Amino acid sequence: MIVPVSYYLVLSAILFGLGVVAFVFKRNVITVFMSIELMLNAVNLAFVAFARAHNQLDGLVFVFFVIVVAAAESAVGLAIVIVLARNRESLNVERVNLLKF
Amino acid sequence: MSLPFILFFAFGLLAVAGAVMLILAREPIHSALALILVMICLAVLYLLLGAEFIAAVQIIVYAGAIMVLFVFVIMLLNMGVEERTNFSKFAYVGVVAAFVLLLEIGHWMYHSAVGGATANGAEPATAFSTVDLSTLLFRSYLFPFEATSILILIAILGALVLARKEE
Repeated sequence: MIVPVSYYLVLSAILFGLGVVAFVFKRNVITVFMSIELMLNAVNLAFVAFARAHNQLDGLVFVFFVIVVAAAESAVGLAIVIVLARNRESLNVERVNLLKF
Repeated sequence: MSLPFILFFAFGLLAVAGAVMLILAREPIHSALALILVMICLAVLYLLLGAEFIAAVQIIVYAGAIMVLFVFVIMLLNMGVEERTNFSKFAYVGVVAAFVLLLEIGHWMYHSAVGGATANGAEPATAFSTVDLSTLLFRSYLFPFEATSILILIAILGALVLARKEE
């Protein structure tokens, strides 16, 4: 007996929700970035589960692309974090308010 | 309870516990280690779903490369414990909204047609073939694949330009 796909989807939803909570709550820029990665991972799980449900490989290709884009995003994002830490001497997102209205 | 169910619940609960640890940890390095735990659990779940290639990529690229980058930056900057600020009055609204969103997504997905389609357990749990996946990737998705290589190149250049010391 195999695990129903809906179980995976519920797990994916829970992980995504926790990622949203972390994104809203955390004050450290790096941790905010990590919560974005958590949300991307949750979406990947949903993609693989849907691929399994339809028995099609296209979902896996999309997961591959999501991973590549996440790698590019974290490389650029962490470079920005390094510049931010150099200029502000703090990683608190509340101190980065130049564009805040 | 068969073995797939036991594995699913063990690693699913471990993944959720890791995500909760990510939220509760005050040191960024603890959050990073919790996220690595989540990623490894997800790799096991991918294996359970028969997606072997994606499980390997998850370990090598996500847990291996991206998280090492995160840990490097955390240790390089060494900013210490996260400061906590006072709860803003909108934070409660945010918590409630996040959990309503979570319940909504979970409910919808559980009752969707796709979720019910394989709930009978009739589908055989055969693994996806990596050969078929690569054929699809290099035939139908060749252009997006090449486009991502340009994206990676631009990301490398952007990271170099941003993180370079000003002369």
